[in-house]
Amino acid sequence: MAEAHPVGFQWVMEAKLRGAKVFHVDPRFTRTSALADTYLPIRAGTDIALLGGIVRYILDNELDFREYVLAYTNAATIVSEEFADTEDLDGLFSGYDPKTNTYGTRSWQYAGHEQNAGTRNAHKERETAAGLRHESHGMPVGGRVQRDETLQHPRCVYQILKRHFARYTPEMVERTCGIPQEKFLELARAWTENSGRERTGVLIYSVGWTQHSVGVQYIRTGAIIQLLLGNMGRPGGGVLALRGHASIQGSTDIPTLFNLLPGYLPMPHHTDHVTFTDWVDSIRHPGQKGFWDDARAFGASLLKAYWGDAATPENDFCYGYLPRMTGDHGTYQTVLNMIDGKVKGYFLLGQNPAVGSAHGKAQRLGMANLDWLVVRDLFMIESATFWKNSPEVETGEIVPEECRTEVFFLPAASHVEKEGTFTQTQRLLQWREKALDPPADARSELWFFFHLGRVIREKLAGSDRPRDRAVRDLTWDYPTHGDLAEPSAEAVLKEINGYEVATGRPLSSFTEAKDDGSTAVGCWIYTGVYADGVNQAARRKSRHDQDWVAAEWGWAWPANRRILYNRASAAPDGRPWSERKKYVWWDADKGEWTGYDVPDFEKKKPPTYRPPEGTTGVAGLAGDDAFIMQGDGKGWLYVPTGLQDGPMPTHYEPAESPVRNPLYGQQANPTRKVYDNPVNSVNPSPPQEHTDVFPYVFTVSRLTEHHTAGGMSRMVPRLAELQPAMFVEVSPELAGELGLAHLGWAHLISGRAAIEAQVLVTDRLTPLRLDGRVIHQVWLPYHFGREGIVTGDSVNDLFGITLDPNVLIQESKVGTCDIRPGRRPTGAALLELVDDYRRRAGLTGGRPPIVTTDASEREVG
Amino acid sequence: MIEANSLYGPLDPAPDAGWVEAPARMGFFTDTSVCIGCKACEVACKEWNGVPDSGFDLLGMSYDNTGALTANSWRHVAFIEQPRPAGHRTPPFAGDPTGAAASPGSAAAAAGTAADTGTNPGLPPGRPEAAARMAAGPDFLGMPGSQPPGRATGPESRTDFRWLMMSDVCKHCTHAACLDVCPTGSLFRTEFGTVVVQEDICNGCGYCIAACPYGVIDQRKGDGRAWKCTLCYDRLGAGMTPACAQACPTESIQFGPLDELRERAAQRVAALHDRGVPEARLYGHDPTDGVGGDGAFFLLLDEPEVYGLPPDPVVTTRDLPKMWKRAGVAALAMAAAAVAAFVGGSS
Amino acid sequence: MGLKTFIEGWPVYRQLTGTDPLGRGAAAQSARSAALTARTETADCMARSVCPYCAVGCGQRVFVKDGRVTQIEGDPDSPISRGRLCPKGSASKNLVTSPLRQTTVRYRRPYATEWEDLDLDTALDMIADRVLAARDATWEDTDEDGRPLNRTLGIASLGGATLDNEENYIIKKLFTALGALQIENQARI
Repeated sequence: MAEAHPVGFQWVMEAKLRGAKVFHVDPRFTRTSALADTYLPIRAGTDIALLGGIVRYILDNELDFREYVLAYTNAATIVSEEFADTEDLDGLFSGYDPKTNTYGTRSWQYAGHEQNAGTRNAHKERETAAGLRHESHGMPVGGRVQRDETLQHPRCVYQILKRHFARYTPEMVERTCGIPQEKFLELARAWTENSGRERTGVLIYSVGWTQHSVGVQYIRTGAIIQLLLGNMGRPGGGVLALRGHASIQGSTDIPTLFNLLPGYLPMPHHTDHVTFTDWVDSIRHPGQKGFWDDARAFGASLLKAYWGDAATPENDFCYGYLPRMTGDHGTYQTVLNMIDGKVKGYFLLGQNPAVGSAHGKAQRLGMANLDWLVVRDLFMIESATFWKNSPEVETGEIVPEECRTEVFFLPAASHVEKEGTFTQTQRLLQWREKALDPPADARSELWFFFHLGRVIREKLAGSDRPRDRAVRDLTWDYPTHGDLAEPSAEAVLKEINGYEVATGRPLSSFTEAKDDGSTAVGCWIYTGVYADGVNQAARRKSRHDQDWVAAEWGWAWPANRRILYNRASAAPDGRPWSERKKYVWWDADKGEWTGYDVPDFEKKKPPTYRPPEGTTGVAGLAGDDAFIMQGDGKGWLYVPTGLQDGPMPTHYEPAESPVRNPLYGQQANPTRKVYDNPVNSVNPSPPQEHTDVFPYVFTVSRLTEHHTAGGMSRMVPRLAELQPAMFVEVSPELAGELGLAHLGWAHLISGRAAIEAQVLVTDRLTPLRLDGRVIHQVWLPYHFGREGIVTGDSVNDLFGITLDPNVLIQESKVGTCDIRPGRRPTGAALLELVDDYRRRAGLTGGRPPIVTTDASEREVG
Repeated sequence: MIEANSLYGPLDPAPDAGWVEAPARMGFFTDTSVCIGCKACEVACKEWNGVPDSGFDLLGMSYDNTGALTANSWRHVAFIEQPRPAGHRTPPFAGDPTGAAASPGSAAAAAGTAADTGTNPGLPPGRPEAAARMAAGPDFLGMPGSQPPGRATGPESRTDFRWLMMSDVCKHCTHAACLDVCPTGSLFRTEFGTVVVQEDICNGCGYCIAACPYGVIDQRKGDGRAWKCTLCYDRLGAGMTPACAQACPTESIQFGPLDELRERAAQRVAALHDRGVPEARLYGHDPTDGVGGDGAFFLLLDEPEVYGLPPDPVVTTRDLPKMWKRAGVAALAMAAAAVAAFVGGSS
Repeated sequence: MGLKTFIEGWPVYRQLTGTDPLGRGAAAQSARSAALTARTETADCMARSVCPYCAVGCGQRVFVKDGRVTQIEGDPDSPISRGRLCPKGSASKNLVTSPLRQTTVRYRRPYATEWEDLDLDTALDMIADRVLAARDATWEDTDEDGRPLNRTLGIASLGGATLDNEENYIIKKLFTALGALQIENQARI
């Protein structure tokens, strides 16, 4: 956190001053470790084993915050008797289908809800990263469940969890993660001792956690711990994701993502969402309780915002205009399609996949096989110059005179040359004022896309083709101003907020959205950001003039709420758990919820409220159902539906690992997304042969002095001089083994590429001991490329493409490689080197074995 | 009038330099125990003061690629990797299959290289054995020799480790030899008690370079003039905080009236001692030291030499100071020499 | 400047007659030093902004003088950052004024070995033509069972995590109306 989010780290230092203990877990000793109380080096890719060990420690010692767990989690809920655990199936759950490598989830359901899984198609959901739509809410489940308040029932979640994690002992943590038991116990004790009524503990991860083939389950494990310890919805608690880009949260909420529409509404699927009613019912799930009951209003209002007058109740608000998914249209599938010649044109908008995405060669070969490419950036980045300055040009794989891709480089406006909102990592929208006009041809994306749309609409003005109606009917009348005819960002923000169609009055809350066409709402979760016609995101009341929650600085979705599920900061009876941790509570005299934050609960619903039998929607939530966006109102220790790879986290080895999974016969995530394409390959892992060809683990991350793929730092002299070269950090032990000298050169080889880096021999890296075997890890920054003031090889070139099955994010935080002293060869010799490794590793094409246990045959057969 | 203590001993320097109704003396307290080594101070300083780059070389001195305070770097964050206890509850590498520490060897290898900072004397090669001693800390028993890192002599395994970071800056001495030797009046004492080079006066004679007991002052090539931290004289005049202190994410760099900072620093040291960090100590805070105390003083977690600071800054000779420019270069104890010869020069 | 003023401004005169007989302080202050002010004080305007790097969302104050950014520093009012910035945030002025910044359109013809210049409006028009051509060449009305698809898989886009919500909103809106599905950003990576 000190390394990648230094200014956020000031609050950790504040906490430290007040006596907080800080533990830091990382494969390498970083600037964060230097300031932590205790540092735990870990083998990259084994976090679930570590966190699973904590879960076991909590359950075995009954250190959970029992009152919280009983009231606010699904610990007491009874699970179907059809369910079988990884304990029984050697690392697989019940329902595994080895033909599609997906699970049927009927057996995972709550008891009596088995039919809930009936219509789901796991393969389809994986292809469309369906899990992502649950960023704002849980998957649907029926509201009425069987419970055992004593937590003794063998099939209640609490007992299932206990059995599932029983083998995650301190010894197993040591064997898997390389973390000595004493250290593990120090962490376990501190975490549990600092949670409860009087104290809370916080778990902070940077989004490297997401770049694993089990990334979602990493975060799930963290959530389980925080729920068991009562750390959710409370001040000083939570699971905090430190996201790495100024508005990456915003670009998920208002998605430039293939499978989502604004506000986590799903992009329609061609078979599941043929009609408008299919679509909204798949979101609202008639009969379930909670706020999603209003999905029809959110969907109708979005379409109304898109298509204005053309969108009417009679034509289902132009629902027919929406494009339909048929499968995986994610960025990696798309790049492979580029290589196969299926994609004509590509826009890059402030993003540099030639350096920043996994498998750089695939990225560049894809771009070299387009009709045209539009790059919009501040700087001439590697993704704009792949045709003249790339490793493939050096090896002859891309020949400029033979590369047909037409490239447009359009200069972009910087953050001070345009106005608009960023949504930061805590869901807070902050409006930026414009300081000055952009220089010369530089323009904002708002300008570019507004005017591109304007020109396209002019070109289609005379068209009577049905396919062009969606473009012609689009509401595209944003007012412009100034010499550059810059569209009004505030007008767009008002549309995002939503308004009453007849009067133009901005809505104040998403509860005002209607399904009859009388409201238009661009992104329902953002409704309120323009309440009363005031740009709430532009509020800048000084921190000196308001309390510590600072509710009048910017605006947080939803409803300016700063801590989600904050009903859980009070006990079931509505009183704060403790005076020092009070946050939101029930004011019995006034008959309403109150506190420092906007209560995440119906304001007037008393803690004692119990819904009448059969009540659905919001009224179905009881007065102590703190997790209001979940179908059962509970925080989920066990996920009966919605995840591809299991209802509980399970340690699987990374797709590339030198280590056989110590916990199960199943080696790696059995549902991970694998692409069969000749350009892609996966280095062998046990139980395959030839794992000795790539014996070392490498992991990558950021340096404080640089930013992601370097496009905003290698081009900036002040930053370039601070970290001026690509390097690899190695432990003294590995340096001795390989004969690497400090400040000398080394090259690293994977099945995809070979790259070189200068060597930093440092005590900050350590070998790890697992089962008596020593594992070496190295670390590299992923900021470098061939353009800019300081240059170097790109480490993402070493990675292949393997994805998490829930969200289709690639595993690019851990891989295997070989390391040799000296510089890498160049030209054809470089290709020969990699080919030689591929031959020796047996990488002759075809997918690696996915199932590595025979348990599935027992189950399926 | 000229009083005895104008040239040594405790003194409030601004009134002594003729400022009537001078404001409180302002300074920096840099608390290295909370420094996260982010280098925001280096960048914020360069952005505000328009300081040029100081070269794009990988120095291999841990994460320090700046190397030293120069005319082109007025803040410098030193990074020291040491196989020493850091107050961690459990040593970072306890139980791991480690061998001997490499940090002394790595520091030695890095010290042998030079880089062009665009300044003079800039960043000359340092002395490997001194750098190794620095990285190992005072308890280190031997030089790693010529073997590759990892095969070094020394303890059998390394379990303890700490990573020291420290943002260095001009000390704005109470008795500033640079100012005293300046023949043009370019270097002067401001009303805030700080020491500033006036770029419209400096003629590049370079006397100040040799005079500085900390090796801070340096000349810019091509320009020839001496440049260093001004404690953001222009910002101070507007009632603002210097750029580095304003940016510092963790309040490692604190700015304020020196009296207040000294009090705060004493409390911080006491608190750290209470929390089991006995190695915390102040540097440059003492008005009775060889320079009359510094306007920019530090809380350190090791001997000053480890950070590349002179242990007893009194001396101003021509050659010794620049040896301090490189972290670890001058870990050997240096005897104090007379300052008087230079003091006469300006009066 | 009159002679008297000139002499009074002469350091030696001030040294000999003033409170600073050693000539190391008040008497040595140059005219430039005496006239120094923080350039933030004399800026034409100040915009309240947000750092463009990571997602912490630190407040920035952007100072402009004569049409140029003269300083970007932390906003002390921000409850998130309290006026502080990391090295990247502190380098924001250097980012927006970097000598490497590209400010004109560049165009690479198919099979060309070098860039050439292109007018912005022409580029916009050419891109619009190419979008429509790619869309027509790859349009899919329905699937094999006659269910609507309304889409093109011939156009892709990547980027958005460093852009504004308003920008992402109209990007998604336009691409969706065009039937382009493969719209992605760093959040997938």
